[in-house]
Amino acid sequence: MSGPHSHALYVHGHTWLHRLAPQAKLTAQLLFVVAVVATPREAIWAFAVYALMVTGLVAAARLPATFVAKRLLFEIPFVLFAVLLPFVGGGERVDVLGLSLSAEGLWGAWNIVAKATIGLAVSIVVAATTTMPEFLRGFEALNMPRAFTSTLSFMIRYTDVIADEMRRMKVARQSRGYDPRWLWQAKAVGSAAGALFIRSYERGERVYLSMLSRGYAGSIPRFDETPATAAAWAIALSLPAAAAAIASAAWLVTR
Amino acid sequence: MSDAALEVRELAFAYPDGSQALFGVDLRVESGERVALLGPNGAGKTTFVMHLNGINAAQHGSVAVGGLPVTKEHLREIRRRVGIVFQDPDDQLFMPTVREDVAFGPANLGLRGDELDARVHEALEAVGMEGTADRAPHHLSFGQRRRVAVATVLAMEPEILVLDEPSSNLDPAGRRELADILRGLRITMLMVTHDLPYALELCPRAVVMNRGTIVADGATVEILSDQALMSANRLELPYGFFPELAGRSVTA
Repeated sequence: MSGPHSHALYVHGHTWLHRLAPQAKLTAQLLFVVAVVATPREAIWAFAVYALMVTGLVAAARLPATFVAKRLLFEIPFVLFAVLLPFVGGGERVDVLGLSLSAEGLWGAWNIVAKATIGLAVSIVVAATTTMPEFLRGFEALNMPRAFTSTLSFMIRYTDVIADEMRRMKVARQSRGYDPRWLWQAKAVGSAAGALFIRSYERGERVYLSMLSRGYAGSIPRFDETPATAAAWAIALSLPAAAAAIASAAWLVTR
Repeated sequence: MSDAALEVRELAFAYPDGSQALFGVDLRVESGERVALLGPNGAGKTTFVMHLNGINAAQHGSVAVGGLPVTKEHLREIRRRVGIVFQDPDDQLFMPTVREDVAFGPANLGLRGDELDARVHEALEAVGMEGTADRAPHHLSFGQRRRVAVATVLAMEPEILVLDEPSSNLDPAGRRELADILRGLRITMLMVTHDLPYALELCPRAVVMNRGTIVADGATVEILSDQALMSANRLELPYGFFPELAGRSVTA
């Protein structure tokens, strides 16, 4: 936790990227990833340019390189199978360091790893420069259904509260000598999960009563409806626009 | 004579399972009074409080706030007039930031823009929490959350403030800080509490509820000094606490 309203992925800062309207950031992120994914895998130069663009964003947001690198490790379990492709792929074989690998498999692995890494990196930048409330406002400004944003908001608010309750129940179990080693000892954990569910359900009722007491009449009022400026949209969308131009160029070149 | 801030007459209520919680409650609170509502667990205090803003509808008898009866057609205005601060601030603070939470009530009343911002600012200032507007409620200390919970209600500019166990789970300093804040508010107050010294400190008048009726109503210092009354209603003072002595230092 590194600030008053941080989430684990947030890095406190005051750069223009931090200040950019969240709805513009979210839209730009999505479009950028689409453009990257639509780029032909043979255009290696295009991916180099994307990587440069993302590196530029990391620098602009003043994110520590080690932070980004650590966060990137997150993709390893997801791209693990891609690494196997060169070994199991069929077709033409090429020799790399004495290993006979599938050319098609190599391209496949490159495709997945390059696109996943660039997509993840840009997501890390957005997450690191946007607070939770900003995300929620961004979703709302993009006309996400209110039921969805409200649910998300309650989830964020109460995750800590419920995790805390869970921790207290665990400490209480352990304090009475509970130290499960075998599956049949798991019953207490099951009961605790049930108790937690009931408690959360009851809390939901109490929260609802407190909402009613403050005049809640079916919908949470919107705050801070200041729309993003045209300049903010222009700055944000210049990134996916550039990416789209590169992707198109890559298609023309590889034809 | 003007209308009482709160006028409850012969209020009775039974839960759907048939258990009777209130057996005819009569209570009149004048504007500007601070009243403590005392009584053992299960006396019906919370059920009673839920009638004050129409969460529970009166089955028999009536409740009126500033002369306005608590009925379905007046619910909106009633909920503006009666501000309830619940016991667990985590139940009351449910928005992503303190600012949005404090704005929730007045926004439901239709306020927007600068007017809304001003309300939020005033309410947070009244509880000494103006520096926390952009923080998330779950990153505040328990005492701070309790104070913000009070602000969420003050922002609606209520005529009567109802507090459910305001001093529970606070450390002694947090308890005193809240007392200072509450004493500074010029507002009618009904405080449900087991913390009898707190009741004595803040409320010149106390009413005792037991088994769904009001069994005593008078000056707090006299009620706390009446040992027969106290023990008949499962009320006990902390060890070494003498209300007559402590009462002299209280400025009502």
